Amino acid sequence: MNFTLHIWRQKNAQSKGDFHTYRIDDIGSDTSFLEMLDQLNEQLIGKGEDCIVFDYDCREGICGACSLVINGYPHGEKKDTTTCQLYMREYANQRELWIEPFRASSFPVIKDVVVNRSAFDRIIQAGGFVSTVTGSAPEANSLQVNKQNADAAFDSATCIGCGACVAVCPNASASLFVSAKINHLSLLPQGQIESKSRAINMVRQMELEGFGSCSNHRYCEAVCPQDISVSNIAAMNRLLLGV
Amino acid sequence: MSKLNSNTPTGDIEKRWDKHLFELSLIAPQNRAKYNIIVIGTGLAGASLCATLGESGYNVQSFCFNDSPRRAHSIAAQGGINASKNYQNDGDSTQRLFYDTIKGGDFRARESNVYRLAQLSGNIIDQAVSQGVPFAREYSGYLANRSFGGAQVSRTFYARGQTGQQLLLGAYSAMSKEIASGKVKHQSRSEMLEIIIVDGKARGIVVRDLVSGEISAHTADCVVMCTGGYSNAFYLSTNAKGCNTSATWRAHKKGAFYANPSFIQIHPTCIPPTGENQSKLTLMSESLRNDGRIWAPKNIEDCAKDPREIAEEDRDYFLERMYPAFANLVPRDVASRAVKSICDEGRGIGTEIHGEKLGVYLDFSSIIERIGEDEVREKYGNLFDMYERISGENPYQLPMKIYPAPHYTMGGLWVDYNLMTTIDGLFAAGEANYSEHGANRLGASALMQGLADGYFIAPRTVVNYLAKNKLEPVGLDHPDVVQAMDEVKERINKLMNATEPKHSPDYYHKKVGRILWGACGMSREKEKLKVAIEEIKSLRIDFWKHIKITGIDKDMNQTLERAGRVADFIELGHLMCRDALEREESCGCHARMEYLTSDGEAKRDDENFAYVAAWEYSQDGAILNKEQLDFEFVKPSVRDYT
Repeated sequence: MNFTLHIWRQKNAQSKGDFHTYRIDDIGSDTSFLEMLDQLNEQLIGKGEDCIVFDYDCREGICGACSLVINGYPHGEKKDTTTCQLYMREYANQRELWIEPFRASSFPVIKDVVVNRSAFDRIIQAGGFVSTVTGSAPEANSLQVNKQNADAAFDSATCIGCGACVAVCPNASASLFVSAKINHLSLLPQGQIESKSRAINMVRQMELEGFGSCSNHRYCEAVCPQDISVSNIAAMNRLLLGV
Repeated sequence: MSKLNSNTPTGDIEKRWDKHLFELSLIAPQNRAKYNIIVIGTGLAGASLCATLGESGYNVQSFCFNDSPRRAHSIAAQGGINASKNYQNDGDSTQRLFYDTIKGGDFRARESNVYRLAQLSGNIIDQAVSQGVPFAREYSGYLANRSFGGAQVSRTFYARGQTGQQLLLGAYSAMSKEIASGKVKHQSRSEMLEIIIVDGKARGIVVRDLVSGEISAHTADCVVMCTGGYSNAFYLSTNAKGCNTSATWRAHKKGAFYANPSFIQIHPTCIPPTGENQSKLTLMSESLRNDGRIWAPKNIEDCAKDPREIAEEDRDYFLERMYPAFANLVPRDVASRAVKSICDEGRGIGTEIHGEKLGVYLDFSSIIERIGEDEVREKYGNLFDMYERISGENPYQLPMKIYPAPHYTMGGLWVDYNLMTTIDGLFAAGEANYSEHGANRLGASALMQGLADGYFIAPRTVVNYLAKNKLEPVGLDHPDVVQAMDEVKERINKLMNATEPKHSPDYYHKKVGRILWGACGMSREKEKLKVAIEEIKSLRIDFWKHIKITGIDKDMNQTLERAGRVADFIELGHLMCRDALEREESCGCHARMEYLTSDGEAKRDDENFAYVAAWEYSQDGAILNKEQLDFEFVKPSVRDYT
């Protein structure tokens, strides 16, 4: 397969970026999307040009490092899939691809398509934990958790913190990310005591970081590679309102 | 030999850790804020250590190369974590987990360390549950367990197929709590490039800011490396792309001995490569072997057929045939070698690359028939989805294709019982040290070791070191600091300005990877290793002459990052081959073709090789130091899984 790639290049946070057009040929259908970019970078090295920087690490869909908006969709159009798990067979019918960074003022561009998502770390630091300390834990089976709650907590806890929910949201809200963590912990007995203060502190930090509020577009759920449900946001709001 | 003192306590093995704990010095709570500790890496070992030290009141400076501590590669561990809780009442105990781990490692690990690991295993589960790690549970509300990787007891705790993710997010949340409290100062997108040694003691590190390219020095009272393993030396491995040996290799060149570098776990169940431009291999959790059956066609002419059209009697369930007692659950090294031998016979399936088909089937049709697709989805849903995304094939209908891939490194920095390397004040925890797994790691033991080191062992032993050593502060203008900074700058300069720049870092990485996979992978032999050593020597020269890095160093430059890591992999690769050459026996993962039984099983030589090979760096070639392993409590026996 041959592709024309329009890729966002931006020198740094201060400068303006724009799309650069590249051509890449002979891409196999089992090549992953990021492997295609690897090959493009090899060509750029050959020509003596600065490579396109993009975030990646595990390349198996779990670390949350990869990002990219591909043809308008964070992580591409394929459902429940991170960019690193996209294979070019998905683009067999396309010849032109537009590749951009996750865009949100709280995720400033660092270079090219790499953005700064450290705001997510600061939101977790504001309260996304149970205040237990090493050594103080009781025997694990002294605490029973009903399976339904444990499974629901797990479903929320699978969030990989990639930021696609922010990138797609018209308000650049981080509500899906924040509510998934709040809900994960508030569904479990361990997280009960701090439940309300955790929610208040995390949401306050989200606002301080400049993320917008949720206005129920639900695009976040549609693009989330981990299929995190918007019902987390409803549960978070119930918790905040105390109902 | 005199250089290695393992500082192992003596006496009853059950009491050694307790006795040692009592002997370790403490620091009173009001004095703790005077001490500074650097922790590099934020995987399970690093994050749990940062959290624990911060909670105790020490000042921690932490660094990771990812954009967030939460992305460390521990996150990708799928299957589970072992603990000898004996919740299933099936005869598990500390003694049994200890025994299984020593035996699984083919008697190449230190008994005292392994016993301690087994003792602490239960505390890890308690700790993780208290943090809200959502482990799988029974309808009763109690924790669920499964049997994993050849264990005859169900001692593995799990969170669907994402146990590593959940445990890491637990440790990351605990660390985040300490960042909020101000006790941990963390820097992401920072790569450690040199260790600073003052008066023979590790006192700091030199770091490159991966965004600006700035080089900076950071000093402290001691340094702990939690920087993971080096499977990426092979280029294609199950590790994240960023995983590297640079931190441990820098330390090695400054005096930390590297132990058993050739002990690399090749994991049997990974998705086979499909082309030459592939950048990594993906693991399919070992838990799949609990219910999946591994087979290859009996007849070579069936290899190209749709597997569903191959009749039952024409399938060779070779693990069940070769190892009737353990069958599909034999340890990883045994399974990997069996798969390789089947493919070497020409009975492999899948895409042909370089004239070989490297793959066998992992088939779920029996279990789907028995318990139904829904139950199988409940158990393995996310793994099946992942397989389908990568391969484009539906494993509910077609058997998975699998082939072994480098996955975990049992080798690493040599450490004593206190997890301290041969450099005073430099500790190594988690996969970065060589420690508990001997010549082969059992499934679900990596998470256990990383967290035992980070939550329970290093916090005690690091503090003991601080309490026992009177350390003057080291300023950033100290000559040793300035020198370390200069060395880093010079190296970057050399990388950026090769005399005849021609090839990318990936070009060299693939080359060294292919050499290592051929000579230091699943089968090793004298002549091939000797050739590989020479090839790596020339590759190293070639690299420094022809490495081509575009862009500039004072900028975000992933090509430069990769080049630095590949340079270290090349040097480590050389040492891996030397280690494999020197060890003239087979044990665990280390299968020397000259030392196999007639059935192709590893033939250990306890008389001559019951030691840890601890390599000391020297410009004229590494020097082998040996730590003799004494087995007082477990009698070394032949591992027999038939």
